[in-house]
Amino acid sequence: MWSSEWLILLVGLPFLGSLLTALLPSHSRSAANWLAGAMALACFGIAISAYSSVTDGMVVRHQVEWVPHLGLSLTLRLDGFAWMFSMLITGIGALVILYARYYMSPKDPVVRFYALLLAFMGAMQGLVVSGNIILLAVFWELTSIFSFLLIGYWHHNQAARDGARMALTITGAGGLCLLAGMVLLGQIVGSYDLDVVLQSGDLIRASDLYLPTLLLILAGALTKSAQFPFHFWLPNAMAAPTPVSAYLHSATMVKAGVFLLTRFWPVLSGTDAWFFIVGFAGLSTLLIGAYFAIFQHDLKGLLAYSTISHLGLVTTLLSLGSPLAAVAAIFHMVNHATFKASLFMAAGIIDHEAGTRDMRRLSGLFSFLPITATLAMVASAAMAGVPLLNGFLSKEMFFAETLEQHRASVLDTVTPYVATIAAAFAVTYSIRLIHTVFFGPRASDLPKVPHEPPRWMRLPIELLVLACLVVGTIPGLSIGSYLDTAVVSVLGDATPVYSLSIWHGFNLPLAMSIVALLGGIVLYMALKSYLDWCEEGPPIFRRLKGQRIFERILVAVSWRWARVAERFLGTRRLQPQLRLIVVAAILAGVWAMWGARHLAPQLTISGVDPVLAMMWLVGGGCAVAAAYQAKFHRLAALIFLGVAGLVTCITFVWLSAPDLGVTQLLVEIVTTVLILLGLRWLPKRDDQIERHGFWVRLRRGRDFFIAVIAGAGMALLAYYMMMTPLPPSVGDYYLQHAYSEGGGTNVVNVILVDFRGFDTLGEIVVLAVVALTVFALLRRFRPAEDNSELPYQQREQNEYDSIQRDREVGETLKDYLLVPSVIMRWMFAAITLLAAYLFLRGHDLPGGGFAAGVAMAIGFLLQYLAGGTRWVEERLRIRPVQWIGFGLLAATATGLGSLTVGYPFLTSYFQYTEVPFIGGVPTASALFFDLGVFSLVVGATVLMLVAIAHQSLRAPKARPDRAVAERAAVEQGES
Amino acid sequence: MEFVIAFAIGVLGASGVWLILRPRTYQVVMGLALLSYGVNLFIFGMGRLRVNAPPVLPGEDAIDPAAFTDPLPQALVLTAIVISFATTALFLVVLIASRGLTGTDHVDGREGER
Repeated sequence: MWSSEWLILLVGLPFLGSLLTALLPSHSRSAANWLAGAMALACFGIAISAYSSVTDGMVVRHQVEWVPHLGLSLTLRLDGFAWMFSMLITGIGALVILYARYYMSPKDPVVRFYALLLAFMGAMQGLVVSGNIILLAVFWELTSIFSFLLIGYWHHNQAARDGARMALTITGAGGLCLLAGMVLLGQIVGSYDLDVVLQSGDLIRASDLYLPTLLLILAGALTKSAQFPFHFWLPNAMAAPTPVSAYLHSATMVKAGVFLLTRFWPVLSGTDAWFFIVGFAGLSTLLIGAYFAIFQHDLKGLLAYSTISHLGLVTTLLSLGSPLAAVAAIFHMVNHATFKASLFMAAGIIDHEAGTRDMRRLSGLFSFLPITATLAMVASAAMAGVPLLNGFLSKEMFFAETLEQHRASVLDTVTPYVATIAAAFAVTYSIRLIHTVFFGPRASDLPKVPHEPPRWMRLPIELLVLACLVVGTIPGLSIGSYLDTAVVSVLGDATPVYSLSIWHGFNLPLAMSIVALLGGIVLYMALKSYLDWCEEGPPIFRRLKGQRIFERILVAVSWRWARVAERFLGTRRLQPQLRLIVVAAILAGVWAMWGARHLAPQLTISGVDPVLAMMWLVGGGCAVAAAYQAKFHRLAALIFLGVAGLVTCITFVWLSAPDLGVTQLLVEIVTTVLILLGLRWLPKRDDQIERHGFWVRLRRGRDFFIAVIAGAGMALLAYYMMMTPLPPSVGDYYLQHAYSEGGGTNVVNVILVDFRGFDTLGEIVVLAVVALTVFALLRRFRPAEDNSELPYQQREQNEYDSIQRDREVGETLKDYLLVPSVIMRWMFAAITLLAAYLFLRGHDLPGGGFAAGVAMAIGFLLQYLAGGTRWVEERLRIRPVQWIGFGLLAATATGLGSLTVGYPFLTSYFQYTEVPFIGGVPTASALFFDLGVFSLVVGATVLMLVAIAHQSLRAPKARPDRAVAERAAVEQGES
Repeated sequence: MEFVIAFAIGVLGASGVWLILRPRTYQVVMGLALLSYGVNLFIFGMGRLRVNAPPVLPGEDAIDPAAFTDPLPQALVLTAIVISFATTALFLVVLIASRGLTGTDHVDGREGER
């Protein structure tokens, strides 16, 4: 018995190979090729060895749980049909890799090519063996993405980029539809397991959701298989390297759509909706593809349209709903893969050898490339459906099926006629391909003189053509049993009796074949001279290009409509944006409170402490004053802001939050200093106060109204909340376990450094990022013109110095606040001690890393204030960035430390340590974490403040650049 | 007590909102600082207001959670205070840089209609 673990290898090996290939150095062409080839061959071997386990409808399953409660699992499931596809994917994949070895030019970065090709192989392989329909959709999208990357492989080429983008847009959108369809299917069935889904056909067809599900799944399948009206991406995808076209756009990826249709054929088919939608798409694609193919001048374009047409044939067969038609569909998928892959490779050889793919220039190549020509001829004969080749067999089966009555309708009646006409077109384009390229006068103006390609480059074509011949002559012996395995796995008990013999006697299908063959030859002779000079594209429809329509739509949606939407809905001005945000917040708050209006508490002012009330009368007054003065009296506004902050700080202390009080007080100090430093760089007050017009007053009135509503809303909401009793909260847990598990009695600090240490780590990272941003912004800063000169006070002082005989310029400035600055210098030690004290007691009493860090930063700051930037930096080198780095490392290392002893990240450890003279000191690993917090807060605060302080030193130096910068700014403003 | 704090939150919030809707960058910086006071008080208030019940445990014995105020909002606000300092610093620096680059302290980098 074949072990089901092999399935993981079957899907995983290509991805592994892709990764390994990608890691190779970029010049290792041969190694990449060997590695890729070995991986593909290994998978091929695995696939072959699986055969005995999938015959007679047997299934190999391997399941790994993924998200069990959502019904998602990594189920891999190999049955006969999936096996057949695996053989195509791995077998043709190996041949394509061999072919690519000779095809890819030495200039191409082949490592990327093989890595992508292998990844695509893995995705495709995963798609066919998915046993979970969501997993299937995931692999489906992966094939779209790798196909995008492969089509755009030559990304220096505009056509490749456009083709890749179009393919991704269409197949990717289809993939999203498919995902939605799969979710719906799962909802109907109640399981995402493919086996369960396949057994629930009646349930699905009877469901109300059947039609939407069907439409979504079809949207996925028809886009992928390039069915009308989504066919136009495939010809544009021909900008890909030929091995990619041979692999993706003949044998595998475009087959994914029909694979899906076949996979779900037992559960989705048999309804009117299925018959008409799939049938219409298939039949129109069959005809249009074949018709368009005749008029292509590009060899690969012809093959692309022919592929579209053949996929249409398969789709048509699947639409019919009869088991025999399904057999024919499966058979044709294999046949088409073999002859079309070989033809693409032959086209690649011609392109490679002759330097062009334009059929108007190619002529008489038979004498240059006799072997390749012979191979191409056999393959195109198979494509045209000539007897004794595999294409003929499935085409006969197709004809026979079209003659059967399936559903009385016009569509059913026209099917045989359309089939015959399309078959005649197929003969025409096949003859055209062979006749123009290989016969006629020897072309003399080719870019290169063609030679037969290397032996090994031709080998893949030889093998594939051999397969066409063998299947075409002895179908029963060669492919019979394998086809049967695939068919039984799809149809199960409904498997019909069918015959693969070449000769069925003189019957109507044979007559249709003969008509098509003769009709095609006649049509070619009639069109021959026209085709030599006509424009590319079929008459009448030449102007109607799906590509152009697609691009128009894309431009309209993503450019014009977006512009219109931006003009009407967007603004670059900050004020309307903020206003919208505030109004939205107000509305959300009103909505929420309206829903909770029955909870409204009684408004009461009892229990109001008069002192607190007085404090907030002052604090509130200062807040309003700050708001009022912020425009013209910045310093006053800053002072008012400070008062409001201090009142907040006292409130924290009052209401049992000593930690917050300490931190708020310290932060208040640095904030004030920070803004004071910034004040200098703001513009001077505009002396002429303009008169405010009516509109200005209206705008202000509106903003005032919004502000009042917002404030009232916040107050009301806060009041509601505070008056309702506190439900049991997670805080109780923290209180109970702070000591026993965190080893500290200051619960707030224990939460910060222990229970919620990960949050704190995130927050200090934010702090570090902000500090570095401030630093980076200010490095590039150029102050405005009117701020560059020395402040008024300093100029006065310097003037005074220059008048006095016994004073040097700058002395007054130096002596400014001499006594306080001496005290401030002395304070450094005391503040350091305070910071250490705050830090060490933090785990048990109010304090901690944040407060200690800010205190320490204030210590440094005072030195700057006392002595000036230059004075300090001559004596003390603070390296704030190193402090930040140390802090981050210490905090992270503490967290990682717990991993080394087998606990989750940031688990803390706690014990008492005896320290001489002090006694038992609680030592928790959280202390080191807090040390990290401390160090980072010091570093970040000092870095920000020092960066702003340094501006005064840099300003004079910046002068020469400023004019340039300003001119640039003006130009930018104008443009 | 709740009334006073709700009033405080309302006044801080209203002043802050008024200021962030103003056109001058300095006003916006002030407004954000005021707003962050209000929001910090608001979050703090969600743990309900208690006097003389700081979440600092008296000893190592098992305790009754009802005797202490909720520590969680305090932990949230503590980091919020430090972060709001950082954002104030960042806005201030953006203000300075924008002023240096564009020559105006209007929030849009150019004088709007008056």
